Amino acid sequence: MAAAKPHISKKTILVTGAAGSLAKRVIARLHGKYHIIAVDFRRKVDTDAGIPSYLVELHKRGFEDVFAEHKIDAVIHIGRMFAHERDRLQRYNANVLGTKRLLDLSRKYGVTQVLIHSTYFVYGASAYNPALIDEEAPLKASEVTQELVDSVEVESLANIYLWKHPDLNITILRPCNVLGPGVRNTMSILLARAMVPVLVGFSPMMQFLHVEDMAEAIVLAFDKNKPGIYNVAPDDYVPYQQAVSECGCRKLPIPSIPPLLPRGISSLLNWNGFFPPYMVSYFKYPVILDGKLFRETFGWKPRRNLNDIFSYYRKQKLVAKAVV
Amino acid sequence: MLGFGKLNLKERTLAHLVTPEIEHLVASIPKPVGSFGYDPWGYNEERFKVALGVCKLLYEKYFRVTAHGLEHVPKSGRVLIIGNHSGQLPMDGVLVGVAVATNPDGPRLARAMIERFFPTVPWLGNYLNALGGVIGDPVNCVKMLEMEEAIIVFPEGVRGSGKLYKDRYRLQRFGNGFLHLAMHLNTPIVPVGIVGCEETMPALLNMAPLAKLLGLPYLPVVPSLLPLPARVYLNFGKPMHFSGCATEAEVAERVEEVKAELRRLIDLGLQERTSIYL
Repeated sequence: MAAAKPHISKKTILVTGAAGSLAKRVIARLHGKYHIIAVDFRRKVDTDAGIPSYLVELHKRGFEDVFAEHKIDAVIHIGRMFAHERDRLQRYNANVLGTKRLLDLSRKYGVTQVLIHSTYFVYGASAYNPALIDEEAPLKASEVTQELVDSVEVESLANIYLWKHPDLNITILRPCNVLGPGVRNTMSILLARAMVPVLVGFSPMMQFLHVEDMAEAIVLAFDKNKPGIYNVAPDDYVPYQQAVSECGCRKLPIPSIPPLLPRGISSLLNWNGFFPPYMVSYFKYPVILDGKLFRETFGWKPRRNLNDIFSYYRKQKLVAKAVV
Repeated sequence: MLGFGKLNLKERTLAHLVTPEIEHLVASIPKPVGSFGYDPWGYNEERFKVALGVCKLLYEKYFRVTAHGLEHVPKSGRVLIIGNHSGQLPMDGVLVGVAVATNPDGPRLARAMIERFFPTVPWLGNYLNALGGVIGDPVNCVKMLEMEEAIIVFPEGVRGSGKLYKDRYRLQRFGNGFLHLAMHLNTPIVPVGIVGCEETMPALLNMAPLAKLLGLPYLPVVPSLLPLPARVYLNFGKPMHFSGCATEAEVAERVEEVKAELRRLIDLGLQERTSIYL
């Protein structure tokens, strides 16, 4: 009976960063409808039956074998090396050179759709930022810190391929802070802590998205395939310090001026994993995205509100207390 | 009991400031906010109520403001409120904001454009945002007008607020940005002539080199560090409509039209005023 199904029509999708919580959710949603190939540089992911999984670094030679072995039709590029994972050079190689190689291989092997998961960090946090930043706004993150150069370069690379090779159908998504169970980005690690640094006198507006909603956004953008650059953010906003309280964290006020001081404190106390020195400005000044284009183009609306997002972190702390 | 007494004092002060009238006013202001009561720029209804309570007292008791022509401020829809700037501190913006928020013809939240250095000042930046202030960036203006908000703009900027007492009621050079916004976004301009703020902080001298050293736009020598209780007269004019495309020279002419109307409204206030402080 099963043999009667025309297997040829099922597309094969390569998903990078497969060990991460977001990619796992994307894979779970796409599995069945598409053939999935999972890759990650961190570890070989345990996947459901029928999903080949590879431990491979994108900028290394072995990566091409994955393309040679499978007829890949589309790529969802979620994998990103975070600042706390390796040093700056390794991160540059993995993120920038890795993405370039991914795009080159996509061209060579006739991939027809590429979706790239970027970040709102690329806009840079500055006192002069307007709110509701559009996709056309300049990417000023490298002005704020060299540590984010890789994020900006990944975007400019993707942009070059976007107009030079329209056959790749590139979609770039720039989400706001993504939070939720299993998420290991800086903001999620931070809000999972009992005590969280805040800058005295500064509480920038922020946007948060539940990881399930982000996974749905990725799947939707993939299914509808409308190439371009999109901010992904809800039209709800909360100041950072209130988010900290809502997540059940105690605030640890640290001096905010001169700017060198909080950065110094962060590097001295080795807060690289959750409050890195180069991200201090993001806890001082707002980067508020206008997510209208994505919401209207794809008819998307997040299904979980801020309280749903924060309650996970709150409950996690209550459980930890109960266990103690 | 002592602990409760302290709490009571705070609550009582708040109750004194946030009167049922203020509650009613703010409730009738059509302003969409998110699930925690904030808008994208950080405006917060709860903080706005307290500030409006304080500023309304200043408006009525301290500056004893007389406002005419408030019926010209549209009840809803995008609008640019353009005024003459003076008085070193932006008291004029605050008073126009209170006038519009307590307008018997339909209260509105009017957003003030604040100086770019404010967001770098601890507490102050967030606080001004909570009250509806945003940095004077054209992107902010466009987004807010598209959301049908009312914006207060002083096209003279620091040239107006920082001018010396000898130059009072003399309009300084206007930026043309507000007129471009009005044309491109089909937004009416409501001019407001402000009289009295010049006398709240008359500046005799500007210590420009020291101001530069401190990174301030100006640093005046003034008789008092607190604004003096001058009577303030606000005269709102009829909405002015500008549409279509224009060359920069034509825009400059249109800006002159607005300036001429502002001069007329300022003169109305000056004629009405019989005493500066008493």
